[in-house]
Formats: sequence, structure tokens, C-alpha cells
Amino acid sequence: MVSFRTLLWKELLRFWKVSFQTVAAPVVTALLYLLIFSHVLDEQVQVYESVRYTAFLIPGLVMMSVLQNAFANSSSSLIQAKVTGSIVFVLLPPISYLEFFLAYVLAAATRGLVVGAGVLAVTVWFAPAGAFGTVTPLWILAFALLGGAIMGALGVVAGIWADKFDQLAAFQNFLIMPLTMLSGVFYSIHSLPGFWQRVSQFNPVFYMIDGFRYGFFGTSDVSPLVSLAVVTAAFVVVSAFSLALLRRGYKLRN
Amino acid sequence: MTNAVGVAVSIQQVEKRYGALQALAGVSLDIPEGEFFGLLGPNGAGKTTLISCLAGLARPDAGRLTVLGRDVVADYREARRLLGVVPQELVFDPFFTVRETLRIQSGYFGIRDNDAWIDEILANLDLADKADTNMRRLSGGMKRRVLVAQALVHKPPVIVLDEPTAGVDVELRQGLWQFVRRLNAEGHTIILTTHYLEEAEALCSRIAMLQHGRVVVLDSTANLLRDFSGHALSLRLADGAALPEALVPLSAGQVDGVWQLRLPDFSAVERVLAALREAGIAIEGMRLSPPDLEEAFVRVMQRGRS
Ligand SMILES: Nc1ncnc2c1ncn2[C@@H]1O[C@H](COP(=O)(O)OP(=O)(O)O)[C@@H](O)[C@H]1O
Ligand SMILES: [Mg+2]
Repeated sequence: MVSFRTLLWKELLRFWKVSFQTVAAPVVTALLYLLIFSHVLDEQVQVYESVRYTAFLIPGLVMMSVLQNAFANSSSSLIQAKVTGSIVFVLLPPISYLEFFLAYVLAAATRGLVVGAGVLAVTVWFAPAGAFGTVTPLWILAFALLGGAIMGALGVVAGIWADKFDQLAAFQNFLIMPLTMLSGVFYSIHSLPGFWQRVSQFNPVFYMIDGFRYGFFGTSDVSPLVSLAVVTAAFVVVSAFSLALLRRGYKLRN
Repeated sequence: MTNAVGVAVSIQQVEKRYGALQALAGVSLDIPEGEFFGLLGPNGAGKTTLISCLAGLARPDAGRLTVLGRDVVADYREARRLLGVVPQELVFDPFFTVRETLRIQSGYFGIRDNDAWIDEILANLDLADKADTNMRRLSGGMKRRVLVAQALVHKPPVIVLDEPTAGVDVELRQGLWQFVRRLNAEGHTIILTTHYLEEAEALCSRIAMLQHGRVVVLDSTANLLRDFSGHALSLRLADGAALPEALVPLSAGQVDGVWQLRLPDFSAVERVLAALREAGIAIEGMRLSPPDLEEAFVRVMQRGRS
């Protein structure tokens, strides 16, 4: 228990000590997205009835920040420890692979939530009064937490697999970015052509964002229960894969 | 091994491959509790790989390793708790100060309030005034000492040091050895790999020499010095005289007109002098060198090659 708590604490300290880069910077990025897109599109685009585009965009940007930062946290921590060799400090002690996994994933999800909260705090002011419908914080929290955990677990996989920073960047650019960008952060998938709608339905990130958005508006592209089921399944699959790698010591213990 | 003393580290038929390379080709060793053990061998012999297998940083392909009877795979938690490893590479986490580093490492081993022991280690390693300095700002020698400190936070009964003095200045080395010797005197088992053979000679009571992933020699330091080294006698003979017939078996050749003789023991000097007197050869110069491990090492490695 102490081992797990220490590893979690260390992972939290690691990003908190450089919070300017790890928290403030992504918040500013999301704010810029909001300013530009809402300025250009607010008058033109109506996604849901009675929901202004700016209000629609805000939860999308919040969730995108949660997901990207959760992934960045575990993956960069691991690759950095591997490249510098300081990974031995967590491999030598009696830390079980489950504790290892949980600490990295929980820290990653925490960073995701902290950044997400920051993005929400600075963007919510741009939404017109009464823009959000029936707000259900439980849905919001559930999807943010699960989404952050999935991306944290995926970050563990990427961090274990990648040997160099550019391999990690490739993972990020060719998998994480397309998955988050093509998930309905900036639009409702109903506005896509049929083919792309169907493609999006295979993207778990779509369900994370759609379910998250449901928490703000009480409306969504698919039922939040379906989204929750898909997202939970994704969490189980990614976690199982990640745990299997850790258990075998894949690339870490050879 | 007597009944009173247990086995600190047992290594049985350990094999490890990296692709086509057989890094460990069936290594077996038993290291009794309380021993100061030396693991020597040229670069690439497999020393670090063996330590990695012991520490769970690498999984052996075959064989079994235990630390105080705990299997490093099946009972890895207990085995790791009993083991402290100073890695060969000079690694550090740039996010933290020295004290944070040591507190975190203590926590990993399940120890919460460890400041009293941390302060003691810091004092012994001459790091007390660096406790609140960020790791990034330490010199190489200091980082190395922090690595030693990290290996000791959980007071492991078995301590492994993988080339801990590489790149560390002489003064520092002395301080480190004093501390490690004390730990050994207090009952800790020490396993040391080093490139400085005089260090191994001075510190280790028993030595294994590794070559191409195999143990080629395993013996007490005293026996190794006797069997593989012996006293070396350099002789410059008057008028460039040849060695008398009786001394030829002792000869290891002639360098710059100086005969190099290898003597099994000190008393052989007497016989050499008698043989020269009998042959009527005068001595211009003579130097007697005591046995050293360097020599033993070179001879063992040459033997292994042939
Ligand atoms: N992770 C690895 N991948 C591939 N080869 C390795 C790896 N680690 C060590 N080796 C090889 O195994 C052999 C033994 O290395 P090592 O145990 O580091 O030797 P030593 O510590 O005695 O210098 C060397 O030939 C080395 O190149
Ligand atoms: Mg080595």
C-alpha cells in the first residue's frame, strides 16, 4: 500500500512541479481553440436545437484536454524514465505490476481532470447564459474519469512499447490525435457524411466525448448508457492489455 | 558452508540470451551471508546481466536465483526487499532533490518515516549538505553516492554494487569503501563488481571471475593470488648472461634485458640466488613484487581464451 501511494505521489509531483507546462499550457491551447472556433463558427453552426456552437464546443474541448493530457502523463513519464534509465528505481522495489499500473493510470487521470477543470474554468464564461441544459455532474465526472483512465492506460502501453521519444510522438500523432480529432469534439457526427458517421461509431473516443457532453446538455448523439458501456468495455480491454504487458515485464524487465 | 551461516545469494545454472548472444551460459554461485564477494570479468562478461537477473531487472531464460532463500521470480517481493542494488549506469530523476529522492525510494520499499536513517546515510556518504539540492545540480561523484544511498534506504541485508567507483575520484572512493566495509562488518553481505582490481583485492574475501557468461574461477582472494599470481622477480644479470638451466622453468621471458621470473612463494628467492651463485653469474639489479590480482586476472583470462 505504501509502495503504491508513494508511486502515485511521485507521479503526481512529477507533473505538478512543472505545472506551467503540464497544466497551464494545455489550458491556454484549449482557450485559443475556443476563441478561434467560436468566433468563426458560432453564427454559422447549430449542432443541437437551442444549443449555441460555443456552448457545444466547450465540453468537447474539456474532454479532449482530459484525454490528451492523461495520455501524455503516463506515456511521457515512462519513456523519460526508460530513456534516462531512472526506470530502475521503480523496477527494483517490491512493487507489484498491478500497483504500478494503478499508480500510473490514476496519476494520468488526475492530470487529465486537473487540466480539464482548468479548461472548463476558463472557457465556461464564453457560453451564453443558460446555454447548458440539464447538467448532470455524475455523468460528467464518470466519463471524464473513465476517459482519463483509458488514455492513462494507453499511455502506459505506449510508454512501455516506445524506445525513443519519436516513436512515442508517432503513437501520439497517428493514433491519439486522429482518434480525438475525429470524435466529435468540434462537431456532431450527425453532420458528417454517412461513411464517416459509421467510421466514427467505431471510435471509442467518440463515445467518451458524446457521453461527457450529455452531462452538460441532457442531449447527445447516442444514449449515454450505450456510451458508458462502450467506454467501460474500452477501459477493460486497454487495462487488460496494459496489465498483460506489465506482468510479462515486456521491454521493462529484459 | 557451516550451518550457522546461511546462503545470502544462490545462483543456479542461470542462462540468459540476448538474441544470438549468450550473455550468461549457465552460471552457478553460492554466496554465504556476511561475505564481501567480488564479481570480476572483462567488459561484456555478463556481470551486469547476472546482477539484473538477481534484481529482477531481467528474466533469466533458465536457472534459479534466490536472495536469502527467496526466489527472485516466485517470491519477488520478499527477495527485492532483501536486496539493495547500486546500478552501473549513473541514473537519476531530475525532478527531485536528494532528500525527496531518498524519501520516495523508501516509500517504494514500504517505509514511511525514514528520515533518521536517511540522515545517517547522507552523513556517511558525505552528502548531508546536499540534501535539499536538486539531483540535476550534483556532480557525477555525488550522483553516484546518491545511487548508493538509494540502494540502502531499506537497510537490505544483501547489497550489490555494480562498478560503483567508475568515474569517482580517489578521495571519494576511500570514503565509500570505508562505509561499505562498515556495512559488511555489521553483517551485510556485499557483492561488488569493479574494474579496479586492487580494490577487489583489498576488499573481497572471495572472488568469481566471469568470462563469456561463465564462471571461470571461483575461489578465495588469498588462493587466487597464490595460484595465479605468486611473487614476481625481475633480474638484470651482468654482461647479459643467460639464465642458468635450473631457473628456466620459472622464467616468464625477458623484457628489455630484464628476466622476469615467477616464484611460487617467497622462499624460492633463496633458490634463485643459490643457482646464480653456483653458475657464477653476477646480479646487476633485482626487484621483487608481491602477488597482485591484476596479474591473476590477466592469467585467468588468457587461460580462458586459449
Ligand atoms: N539489453 C541488452 N540487449 C542486448 N544485449 C545486451 C543487453 N544487455 C547486455 N547485453 C550484452 O550482453 C553481454 C554482457 O553484458 P553485461 O552483462 O553488461 O557485461 P558486463 O557487465 O560484464 O560488462 C554483452 O555482450 C552485452 O553487449
Ligand atoms: Mg557491467
